[in-house]
Amino acid sequence: MKKKQTADRELGNRSFLSKIEPYLYLLPFAIGIAVFTLYPVINVVLMSFKEGYSHLSRNFDQWGLANYQTVINDPKFAQAIGNTLKYVLLVVPISTCIAVVVAYLLNQKLRCSALFQTAYFLPMVTSITAVGLAWKLMYNKNFGIINYLLSFIGVDKIPWLENAAWSIPALVIFGVWNILPFTIILLLSGLQNIDPQYYTAARVDGSKGLRIFLRITVPLLAPTIFLVCIVNTISCFKVFSELYPLFNGKPGPFNNLYTVVYYIRYAMMESRKYGIAAAAALILFLFIFAFTMVQLLLQKKAKKR
Amino acid sequence: MRVVLDHITKKFGDFTAVSEFSAVLEDGELVSLLGPSGCGKSTLLNMLSGILPVSGGKIFFDDQDVTAMPPEKRGIGLVFQNYALYPHMTVMGNICFPLETQKVPKAERIERANEIARLVHVDMLMNRKPSELSGGQQQRVAIARALVKNPRLLLLDEPLSNLDARLRLEMREEIRRIQQRTGVTTIFVTHDQEEALSISDRIVLMRSGVLQQNDLPQRLYNEPANQFVADFLGNPPINNIPGTIQNGLFVTEDGIAEAKLPMLEGVENGRKVNLSVRSESFVLDANGPIACDVTRMYQMGKEEMAYLRMGGHDFRAYIDADAGLKAGDHVRLGLKKRGVFLFDRETGERIR
Repeated sequence: MKKKQTADRELGNRSFLSKIEPYLYLLPFAIGIAVFTLYPVINVVLMSFKEGYSHLSRNFDQWGLANYQTVINDPKFAQAIGNTLKYVLLVVPISTCIAVVVAYLLNQKLRCSALFQTAYFLPMVTSITAVGLAWKLMYNKNFGIINYLLSFIGVDKIPWLENAAWSIPALVIFGVWNILPFTIILLLSGLQNIDPQYYTAARVDGSKGLRIFLRITVPLLAPTIFLVCIVNTISCFKVFSELYPLFNGKPGPFNNLYTVVYYIRYAMMESRKYGIAAAAALILFLFIFAFTMVQLLLQKKAKKR
Repeated sequence: MRVVLDHITKKFGDFTAVSEFSAVLEDGELVSLLGPSGCGKSTLLNMLSGILPVSGGKIFFDDQDVTAMPPEKRGIGLVFQNYALYPHMTVMGNICFPLETQKVPKAERIERANEIARLVHVDMLMNRKPSELSGGQQQRVAIARALVKNPRLLLLDEPLSNLDARLRLEMREEIRRIQQRTGVTTIFVTHDQEEALSISDRIVLMRSGVLQQNDLPQRLYNEPANQFVADFLGNPPINNIPGTIQNGLFVTEDGIAEAKLPMLEGVENGRKVNLSVRSESFVLDANGPIACDVTRMYQMGKEEMAYLRMGGHDFRAYIDADAGLKAGDHVRLGLKKRGVFLFDRETGERIR
């Protein structure tokens, strides 16, 4: 009897320990999140409603919407939103289409597919600033390799980085190149999850290459394609580090390529208007949120069909 | 369509999956490819469909050599073990897909799909997705998809193995019915002897890539070509009593018991054999050649299963319950004509 009670108590102790054990494991990471993510996020929200906030004294005049009013009425911000939307709407579809094709080809059993895979995934492990500087050299009007190669097919020298009209394609091409590896990895894993028996069945049914790709591969890959679109949309809305090295730290050759994150950084680092930066950041958040929701709704609708 | 397999061989590196396999399947037949797992029957099926190239030998469909022909040109319908229905298409889409590739006009596609769907009884499920179907329904759709293009040859790769026992019986009948309605030459791969015995016009039994016997189901059971065929078919499994022939007598391996059997005439002295007897081929006979002891009785309704011992060797026999045998009894058994075989113990070859 006594033995049983001790056993019960031991079991009770153990079950209490086993109850809190998982939380103990979670604790270090939770502390990290709280300090470095949660606290700043809450602060940004609060800061955006503080009028006349001083960074040094941490004093402010009053709560209000003045920061939002300033941001919304700032033509530079309107330009930043326009540029960012343009960037998202160009980079996401282009990179997704290219990535689907490349992932499909990489998924074939090619002789040197390992070599190709390494080549395609290289941008992922290189510093974007370093790569951006390399692209800046490649885009150089007189000495850049891009114009040199284009000259073979009779294209005149393109002022990629000097002309306002060409600066957007320059940024978009670099952005697509930069986002491809991650997109390809996701799509490749999606492709590898497709049961090869569907391909065999389609082949026996008389289908070949392109038809199998369009009627079997792409539909079965659709969930991954949606995921890729959502992830890339979010990351493209935050375009900044692609822009910074290309134009010597300026937003385009004539300050014409303001993006939202560039605007936020400018307001914060150069004008020292923390409230404005915080308000702009929250507006960006709302944009991303809305876009993601629309995509999720579309996905649900597509699934039902 | 008549299918001729002429010395088909398939090698994967050093491993020979199918070796010098020859058989002829007549037009309109339903033939089962039967054998234990890994015997090469699915490999053979994949070579017939053209998914796998052959390493040697030739395949003829009627008089046409199709050995090097790609699968889409062979005019075959294939039903996969796990059905492989396209999950993003409806039943209608799945059944129409093979016709789409053949550029059949849309109206005709739908008409033919509906017709075949009625035949396999899935016509009320046309707008569902495969994930909304039961296993049996998926199976029917897979058969419809294979049949809709009017194939010359229908190949079924273990089609019933993913179904529960009751559905398996039902689908077995269904496959037989559909095959007889369409008259398409059909090859049915299975490792289940009961399935093969009940459904087929003919059974091709394989072991380790080698053809064992190609025969009518009842002949496979009643006239096995070798020890493997005799062992593979039948439930309960055939009784094998090892022994040696000595002066026209069968002497059990341990030398304790002996029996005088008419079938031993002409068998050379000293040959090591198995006396193989189906459980239903024993009869109680006071003058019978086999003397044995009853170790256990097992009630099975009208008949009883007797566990018997001859010398040091155990075997089972169905005995009429009226005989009232019980454990410890000493009995003499005779053998019926049917279901009694003698096999060479080294080569497995049948001694006639």
